[in-house]
Amino acid sequence: MTTLLEARHVTKIFGGGLFDRNSIVALEGFSMAIDGDRPSITAVVGESGSGKTTLARLLLGLVTPTRGQVLYKGRDLQRMAHADWRAFRRDVQVIFQDPYEVYNPFYRVDHVLTTPVSKFKLASSKAEARALIEDVLKAVGLRSEETLGRFPHQLSGGQRQRVMVARALLLRPRLILADEPVSMVDASLRASILGSLRNMNLELGISIMYITHDLATAYQISENIVVLYRGSVAEAGDVELVVKHPQHPYTQLLISSIPLASAERTWTTETVVGPAGLQAAGSAGCKFADRCPFATSPCLQAAPPLFQTNRYRAVSCYLYQSAPALSVEEMVKAFAEPAKLSRVGSSGTPMTA
Amino acid sequence: MKADVLRVQGLQVHYHTPLGAVKAADNISFSLKADERLGFAGESGSGKSTMALAILRMIKPPGQIEAGEVWLDGLNLMTLSEEEMRQVRLARIALVPQGSMNSLNPVTRIKEQIADALTDHGVRMSKRQVEERVRDLLQSVGLRPEVANMFPHELSGGMKQRACIAIAISLHPKVIIADEPTSALDVVVQKQVMETLARVQKDLEASVILVGHDMGVVAQFVDRLGVMYAGKLVEVSPVRDIFTKPLHPYTQMLIASLPSLEQKGTFQGIPGLPPLLRDLPPGCAFHPRCPYAFDRCQTEEPLSREARPNCWAACHLLS
Repeated sequence: MTTLLEARHVTKIFGGGLFDRNSIVALEGFSMAIDGDRPSITAVVGESGSGKTTLARLLLGLVTPTRGQVLYKGRDLQRMAHADWRAFRRDVQVIFQDPYEVYNPFYRVDHVLTTPVSKFKLASSKAEARALIEDVLKAVGLRSEETLGRFPHQLSGGQRQRVMVARALLLRPRLILADEPVSMVDASLRASILGSLRNMNLELGISIMYITHDLATAYQISENIVVLYRGSVAEAGDVELVVKHPQHPYTQLLISSIPLASAERTWTTETVVGPAGLQAAGSAGCKFADRCPFATSPCLQAAPPLFQTNRYRAVSCYLYQSAPALSVEEMVKAFAEPAKLSRVGSSGTPMTA
Repeated sequence: MKADVLRVQGLQVHYHTPLGAVKAADNISFSLKADERLGFAGESGSGKSTMALAILRMIKPPGQIEAGEVWLDGLNLMTLSEEEMRQVRLARIALVPQGSMNSLNPVTRIKEQIADALTDHGVRMSKRQVEERVRDLLQSVGLRPEVANMFPHELSGGMKQRACIAIAISLHPKVIIADEPTSALDVVVQKQVMETLARVQKDLEASVILVGHDMGVVAQFVDRLGVMYAGKLVEVSPVRDIFTKPLHPYTQMLIASLPSLEQKGTFQGIPGLPPLLRDLPPGCAFHPRCPYAFDRCQTEEPLSREARPNCWAACHLLS
C-alpha cells in the first residue's frame, strides 16, 4: 500500500509555549493515513472546539504542527520541494464550509473554474477548457448555461457550494478534504451535494475526507469514522459499528443527543453530564473525565490510549482496557482498511478509475 | 378539548424592496391550544422567522404587516397601540430570540438584565426580592446562582441561551415563542437547552411556538408541526402524522431529504430550487419542483383543508 497523505503523532498547540497557561491544545497525538491505492470515505466528527478544522488545516499544510509530521507520499509537508507542492496542490483539493466567503464578489463564478485550468495547463485550447468545465458542472448537477457568466450573488448557497465541488473535481484530485461542506446549505440541497461527493468516490476513485459536526450525514456517506473530542480521538473505526453500537461514553452521549427527525421520540432521557470545562494545556487524564458518568481515578491521571475492541474499531477509554492497546503506528493501519471492504463484495467495493 | 390561547388569522407580511414586494409570509392561519407545543419547520427563506416576529409585532421596516389578526386570549394584538403592545410582550407572550448570544447586553450583569425586564413591566420589588426572584428564575432554567453576577462573555453558548429563557419566563407568559433557540449550539448542549425549555413550559403551563430549520429538533420537541414553504404554511399536523402519513408532497420530500441514523443511503435531495419570494410562480408555489403537479397546480393556488381530522394541508391532490 502506498500512503497518499498521512498524519503522524500530530499535535497542534495554539498560543505561547508549552507551559503557557493560556495555550490551547487544538489537536493532540493524532495519527491517520489516507491510502493512495484504495479510495475511501472517512468522516471526522466532532463538536465545536474538537479540533476538526485544525486537522483539516494541518493536512493541507496551512498550519505547522507543533509536534509530529504530516506526510504527502512519504514527504514531510514542512520540508517539501516546490515541485512536490505543485503535485500536492493538484492531488489534494479542499471544499470549505462557507460558500459565501470563498468567492471574490467582483469576479464571475467562471473565475474559480478557469484559474485552475490555466494554472495547471489542463486544456490546450479555449474550447477544450470550456468542455472540461461543462463536464464537471454536469457531474455536480449544475447546468452550465445557468451557472457560467453569473456573479456569485446571483447563485444560491447550494449552487455556489456545488460550483466549489466542481472546482475540486476539475483537477482530478486523489483526495478531497471537505470541511463542513453542507452546514450552511438547506436540507433539501444537502443530500444532492453529499450525493455528488459519494459518486466521485465510487465512480472516479477519489478519496473523501468529510469533516463535520453532523453525525447523521457522516453516517450516510462514510465507511470509516473518527470521533474527536477536544483534540483527541475518542473512538474510531467502521461507521456501522461506531454509530450503531457506540462504546466510548462520549460517542454514546453524542448519538443519544441527536434529534432524530422521526415520529419516534428518541429524546426521552434527561441528559446528565457536567458542563464542558476548559482544560489547560498539558493537563493529564482523559479529556472527557469531567463530564463522564463512569469516570474513575485512573481516568484523571493519564489519558487512555486507543484500545482495539474489535478488528475494525478502537476506543480511547479505560472501560475497555482489557482489549489490546494500539500503538500509533497500528492506528494508522487500522483506519486504512474498513470493515466494509471485507464484509460486502459488490455495493461497497469502489471502482478504481 | 382545550381552548385556544392564540389564534392567527390570515397573517401577511411583505418586505418592500426597490424590486417589488417580497411576500415573506402569506395568508398564514393557525391556532395554538393551551399547554400545546407547536413547531414550524422550513428551509431558509420560507418565512418562519418573519411569521414568529409578526405575531409579536416586531417586524421592522422595510417589512410591514399587511393584513391579518392575532388573537391572544380574546385580544387582537394588531389593534393595540405601540405602548399597549409593549406591555403585552414578555408579560403575556415572550420571545426566546435567535442567536441569544447576541441578544444579551455585553456590558451588563445577568441579574440586571433580568431585573430590567421586571421593572420595565411595572413590577415593584425591593432589592432583596429582586435578587431572590433572579435566583429562582436562574434555578428554574438550571443555572447556578453565581451566574447572576456574571457578564454574558463569561457564559458558554448554552448558558447564555438559558439566561435568555430565564428572561423570557420572568413574567410567566402564557405563550413563549422560541425562534431557532439552539442554532449554533452543539448537539449535546442543544438537547439540554431544549430540555430546559420543555421543563419551564410544563412548570408555567404555557404554550410554546418553536421555529426551526432542523426538522429533528422540532420533531423531538413539539406535539404538532407546521411545514412552511415560500412564505406559506403548506401543512399542519400532529408530529406522528407528519412523519408517518405526510399529506403535502413538499413535506414528503423534505422528510426524505433528512439523513437517518437507522439506514444507509436513504436520503435524497429535492430537485430544483426554492422560488424567489418577490417573483412567485402562479398557482401553487411548489409546483415547479413537485413530481405530482398537474394543470390546476399552475393556475390555482391551493387552499388549506382538513384532509384528516386535525391534519391540514394546502394541496390540490387532496381535493
